[in-house]
Order: sequence, then C-alpha cells, then structure tokens
Amino acid sequence: MAKSGTFSNLHDWLISEEFTSARQARLHSIYLAWLSLLANPLAFAGFAVVFLLVVVAALAPVIAFHDPFTQDFAIALQAPSSVHWFGTDEFGRDVFSRLIYGARTTLYITILVTVIVAPIGFVIGATAGYLGGWVDVVLMRITDIFLSFPSLVLALAFSAALGPGIENAVIAIALTVWPPIARLARAETLTFRHADFVIAAELQGAGTGRILLRHIVPLCAPSIIVRLTLNMSSIILTAAGLGFLGLGAQPPMAEWGAMAASGRQYLLDAWWLTTVPGIAILTVSLAFNLLGDGLRDIMDPRNG
Amino acid sequence: MSMIKAHHLAVSYGHGEAALKVVKDVSFEVQKGETFGLVGESGCGKSTILGALAGRNKQWTGTLEIDGEEIGQKRTRSQLAKQQLVFQDPFGSIHPRHTIGRTLLEPLEIHGKDRRQERIEKVLTDVGLPLNFRYRYPHQLSGGQRQRVAIARALILEPKILLLDEPTSALDVSIQAEILNLLKDLREREQLTYILVSHDLAVVAHLCDRVAIMQSGGFVEVATRQQLLENTVEHPYTRILMDGSRGYVSERRKSDSAALPA
Ligand SMILES: Nc1ncnc2c1ncn2[C@@H]1O[C@H](COP(=O)(O)OP(=O)(O)OP(=O)(O)O)[C@@H](O)[C@H]1O
Ligand SMILES: [Mg+2]
Repeated sequence: MAKSGTFSNLHDWLISEEFTSARQARLHSIYLAWLSLLANPLAFAGFAVVFLLVVVAALAPVIAFHDPFTQDFAIALQAPSSVHWFGTDEFGRDVFSRLIYGARTTLYITILVTVIVAPIGFVIGATAGYLGGWVDVVLMRITDIFLSFPSLVLALAFSAALGPGIENAVIAIALTVWPPIARLARAETLTFRHADFVIAAELQGAGTGRILLRHIVPLCAPSIIVRLTLNMSSIILTAAGLGFLGLGAQPPMAEWGAMAASGRQYLLDAWWLTTVPGIAILTVSLAFNLLGDGLRDIMDPRNG
Repeated sequence: MSMIKAHHLAVSYGHGEAALKVVKDVSFEVQKGETFGLVGESGCGKSTILGALAGRNKQWTGTLEIDGEEIGQKRTRSQLAKQQLVFQDPFGSIHPRHTIGRTLLEPLEIHGKDRRQERIEKVLTDVGLPLNFRYRYPHQLSGGQRQRVAIARALILEPKILLLDEPTSALDVSIQAEILNLLKDLREREQLTYILVSHDLAVVAHLCDRVAIMQSGGFVEVATRQQLLENTVEHPYTRILMDGSRGYVSERRKSDSAALPA
C-alpha cells in the first residue's frame, strides 16, 4: 500500500504543472512522452524490440553460450536442437551465438551512421535555410547531387571504392543518408526563419551559431529524430545488403547480412542459415519503423 | 534631451528593380520619457518604421540618432540593447520550446551580464508575474501572461527605449487595460521612452504625449494628446481616422452594455 502511495505521489509530482524547479519541468515532459508511448501499443512494441536489441548487444558474451567464432567441422550444418537453438553453419559455428553477436555489429553500424549523419545533415540544412542566398544555392545543389542516386547504388559504389570493411561501410552508408536529413532541416528552418521569436533573438544580438543551436535545433529536433529513427531500418537493410554482397563486415565477424549470404549455398539443406538472420533483420527494421511512427505522434509539435 | 532623432528617414524592401520604398522621408524627435504614437491604416508603414529603429530593417537612408549616438546600418551589441521591440502577437514572439526562464536568460548570456538569476527575478516581479513561472513553457501561459513575458524579455537588457508594435491588439479587451497600465507604470519607474503603434485611438490617447498620423509611408500630421482629446486636429485625414475610431468605440460601448444585463 505504502509503495503504491509513493508511486502515485511521484506520478502527481511529475504530472503537475506547478513547477518548482527546472529539473521538474524537464522530468515532466519526459514523463508525458513516456505515458504517450505506453498509450500507443505498436510504438511501444517497436520500443521494446529496440530496447531488447540494445540489451542483447550489451550482454552478448553472457547470453551467447557458444563462442561465435569457434569452428568445428564435425558439427557443421546441424539443424536446430536443444544444444544449438538455431542450428550450426557450414563451419560448425553456433548460429544463435552469431546472431547475438551480429546484433552488436548491426547496432554499431546504425549508431555510428546516425551519430555522423545527424549533425552534418542538420548543420548543412539549417545553415542553408537560415542564411539563404548563394549559401543556400550551393549547399542544396550539393545535396541534390547526392540525392539523385539510388542510395543502395551509391553506398555500393562508395564501399567498392573505399574497399570492404565495416568502417568503410559506415562511411558509405552515411554518405547516402545525410542528404534527406539536410533537406528536412532546411525545410524546418525555413518555417521558423522569420518567426517573431527568432527576430527577437536577432535584435538582442544573437549570432548565427547561437540562433541555429539554441533556437532552431530544439524546433527541428523532433522531426529529425523521427526521420533518423525511420532511417535506421534502411541503414540496417543497406548494411545487410552490403554484408550480403561481401562489402560490409568481413569474415569471421558476425553480421546478419553476411550470415544470410553465406547460408544461400545451403538454402535447401539448411534453411535456418538464411531464415534466422533474415527474420532478425526484418524484425529489427520493422521495430525501428514502428518506433519512428510512434515518436512522430509523440514528439511532433504540430500534433500538440 | 532627445532620445530618438530621425531625419529624412526612408525605408525600403527588396533590391534593384523590385525595390519598394515603403516609408518616404519622415523626420521626428522623441524626448526622453516621452511616448510617441504612430497611427494610420494597415500597410502605411508603421511596423516598418519600428523595424528600422530596432535594427530589423537595414535598408534605410537618412540619419538616425539614438540616445545621442548616430546609428549606422550595422549595430553593435550595446546599440542593439538600447531599444527593444515588443511584438503584436504574444503567441509567436516567445520560443515555444524554451521555458520562460530560458527565454529571459538568453539575452543575458548574449550580453555577458552578471547576477543572472537575480535579474530574471527582478524583471518577473516588475512585470507582475510569479517567480515560479520561469520553469513554465509558453503554452502553459495565457495571452496576457505571455505578453508580460515578452515585455520582461525586452526589459531585461535595461533598454532606454521600448518599441511597441500594437502590444495589446491580440489580447482580450479586459487584459488590454492591464497591459497598458503595466506599460504606464514601467515608463514612470524605469524612465523609458516609448514609440507605440496602435490602431486604437483610445489607447493612443491614453498613453501617448504626441501622435504621428501616417498615410502611405509619410506623416500627414503630428498631433498632441491635447488636440486629440479636444478634437482640434487639423488634417482632414486625421479627422476621418478619429471619426472612424469614435464610431467604433461608441458602437462597442453600446453592444457591450446591451450584452451586460444577461
Ligand atoms: N518584408 C517585406 N517585403 C516587402 N514588402 C513588405 C515587407 N513587409 C512589409 N511590406 C510592405 O510594406 C508596407 C508597410 O508594411 P508595414 O508592416 O510597415 O505596415 P503597418 O503600417 O505596420 O500595417 P499594419 O497596421 O497592418 O501592421 C506594406 O504595404 C507591406 O505590404
Ligand atoms: Mg504592423
């Protein structure tokens, strides 16, 4: 009883708009976002899968009870069993353990690409939108050039030119992902460019950097975060595609796309080699899509 | 001592062929502590004059002197802080994702001021808002409260001049009087100089010492409050404006009292 009492007190404190500190005001908005995430089952399912992915990647050595790299030809291509939950591959490695370690690769690529792309896309787009004139023209034509290629083809060309490897795959994917972010940041910036509150800041002497970082970022952040989350599924698919073509992660590293590719030769005898990583790719990219859609409802200022 | 001196001020928008001269050659002086009104029909260039004075419109010619200092097209930070603009729409003039405290902190950071929390508390008290409002977001405030925040933001840099662009026209009638009285108090207390744009001649007569009547980018007459109250303005255009405003005011009185008995 006492416990539920403290919880409802905490709830009341978080929900109240009679703020007594800046921290309470911040926690209030985080709590409200959490409540609306709970109220949206699909978004919450997406969130749960993504959360699970992070936990699995972080605890991979604990969860995977076989070594993902140890080869043992005596047990090659074994069907799923109680020992090897998802069977073994052509080198006798445990597919379940490789799947768990593959989550690390996937997350590593996704996070790295996002971290590279978000600031670059924002700075280019917001600068173009805010300054306008020839800066806008130059930056947007560069963006257009990148946008005019299909992203998988562009990533393929870059990673072929840079050479195989996971870091190069990250760079190649990042090069294809930033232009839409820049476009979005520019469009958002244009809608706020002449808002009275931006003019007010200018008339108080705020410089371009301050306006972009302090005034434009908080307004663009929701839609950019949504777009990045939705993008994560295509990052995962591109990374898997590159891995499949042998341009991403190199053996013996565990990567879902590469795993699916190598299982292709045994498709008829050992269905689990392609199916299991395929389902993992599908699930995670679907989860990022659901989460992104949910975040749009929660965070977009136009929805309240 | 004159706080604002504008001499042959002309302001335009656009460049080259498309350039449009919106304010044509106006000259005026505003004394320290005085309130100077600008009235005239929509589109006659009132906001444009305020914009040129505030440093927002940079395409102007003529000479501008503020607080005894001649102003160029580019201004220093301290020149910008001399005058501050209060916008018409309190819903669009405050950053929706900043708390009120953050909105008030921003100018202090830009100008590297000390004792920041103290200044924020003082200015909130000055405009009559409770101190814990600094943790709120604008959407948690009423229109009148937001306009107080906008006034607080304008005051926090301790300017000499407030440029008020229809500061009450977006507000409910009952709130309008509150804000006008606040502005009156602040003017006395902080010895501010105002330029006030308004459509409402009653507001102008309440606050202004002198009023410039504008028509398509120029002044047709500068009247004193005395002249407005005694109805001894000279120019026929001013008469038209006054008659229009009077008709509207008495109409409104009538409909208000008609609505009252219920
Ligand atoms: N950014 C701009 N570019 C081009 N023309 C403009 C711009 N802003 C205003 N104008 C024009 O300048 C003229 C004066 O505008 P201004 O905003 O100063 O009018 P105002 O007297 O404040 O009117 P209101 O009472 O409706 O606010 C108008 O004809 C308007 O169309
Ligand atoms: Mg105007």
